[in-house]
Amino acid sequence: MSPAINFELRRRTFIAGTAVAAVTVGMSRKAAAQTAAPVGAESTTVFLTVNGEGRELTVDNRTTLLDALREHLQLTGTKKGCDHGQCGACTCTVNGTRVNSCLSLAVMHDGDEVETIEGIGAPDAMDPMQTAFVENDGFQCGYCTPGQIQSARAVLDEIRAGIPSHVTDDLTAEITITDAEIRERMSGNICRCGAYANILAAITQVAEDQA
Amino acid sequence: MYAFDFEKPTTVAEAVAALADDEAQPLSGGQTLIPTLKQRLAMPSKLVSLTGIAEMQGVCTNDAGQLCIGGATPHAVVAAEAASKYPALSALASNIGDPAVRNRGTIGGSVANNDPAACYPSAVLASGATVVTNNREIAADDYFQGLFSTALEEGEIITEVRFPVPQAANYQKFVQPASRFALVGVFVAKFADGVRVAVTGASNDGVFRWTEAEKALSANFSPDALNGLSVSADGMIGDLHGTPEYRAHLIAVMTKRAVAAAS
Repeated sequence: MSPAINFELRRRTFIAGTAVAAVTVGMSRKAAAQTAAPVGAESTTVFLTVNGEGRELTVDNRTTLLDALREHLQLTGTKKGCDHGQCGACTCTVNGTRVNSCLSLAVMHDGDEVETIEGIGAPDAMDPMQTAFVENDGFQCGYCTPGQIQSARAVLDEIRAGIPSHVTDDLTAEITITDAEIRERMSGNICRCGAYANILAAITQVAEDQA
Repeated sequence: MYAFDFEKPTTVAEAVAALADDEAQPLSGGQTLIPTLKQRLAMPSKLVSLTGIAEMQGVCTNDAGQLCIGGATPHAVVAAEAASKYPALSALASNIGDPAVRNRGTIGGSVANNDPAACYPSAVLASGATVVTNNREIAADDYFQGLFSTALEEGEIITEVRFPVPQAANYQKFVQPASRFALVGVFVAKFADGVRVAVTGASNDGVFRWTEAEKALSANFSPDALNGLSVSADGMIGDLHGTPEYRAHLIAVMTKRAVAAAS
């Protein structure tokens, strides 16, 4: 749904923005980037616990949690797909719940615990969900996979916690793990290769192993 | 995004003080505001995060039997905690956006933004809920004032939304499959003193009550009571997803389905 959004450019900030743009014309790309980034004192130091390790970083207030992870902490396992909260490639967990890290600012998460794909397993010691994705071919190009795996783990946690979904018949009874239940709960993660059937098989396998 | 200052207060009083600055804007879950900032469609001088305010979190029941939901409560928490008390509201919350969005997006943010295709406004209006802010209580009928417009003043924060719990209720959403916003959504709530029907997604003026259907359903709460009733296409949204006539038709269809599911 996209009716025209009413907004007005506000004069003070607009002039500041224009001045920066004008100054940067003709500069080298690197110099321009340095001039454009720090407008005023609008940066903040935040403390995050990432994969169990305390990390302090000073970021421009505009930095998303995703960019903080990828560009500041060099944790590039979390992927940037659409950067608009529609594809789910950037899914990671904050204080145990899954979020789109592209739709969150790093400064909103001071003191929070973040877990990324790097924190759940390594090639020689994979998480059961990672193993299941490998065994079931739950991917083709692999770009959406870190987000899929983070979401898949959260799906099973949420079912265990008794959180109903839109396809749950009885909101107060124990939730049965069905294909429809998993598909609905994974609906925020898009796979453009179309590996959905195998992703479903991987999640079902882990659910059965853990039952 | 344009540059902004950032504050994360821990009490409503601190948040109100922080919002007194010129062009400061509250930030709740950010699931609408952050994309808007990325597109440079908003230019706040300061963002005041409301997610660190404990008194604005959670779902409880007050002495009058109303369901009280803190303004900064995420949709996922409403879906889980309202399930036994107000199932129709829980079901609505469980079908907003996708799970990651529901873990961040909040009821106060949705109601304050008043997107014409958002789900929550229909529940607030159909339930005759009360929007509680830092300095007053606003009845739902006075609160919604058109496309993205509400009774909120500059710097006013929704601290809580209070829902009277109906005898029966249901929300039916005709989903726009890509965005999962409502192409048309109808919330029907049956109280002892009558039925209220609120429609979202359809009108250029945002959420509205279909009073003709309310009258018919108050006399006879069954889908048959709506036979012959229709909504005019005048003022309905027309876009690539549906014409005004299509949306007007869907309103009657979704209302019947909601009544059938509720009764």
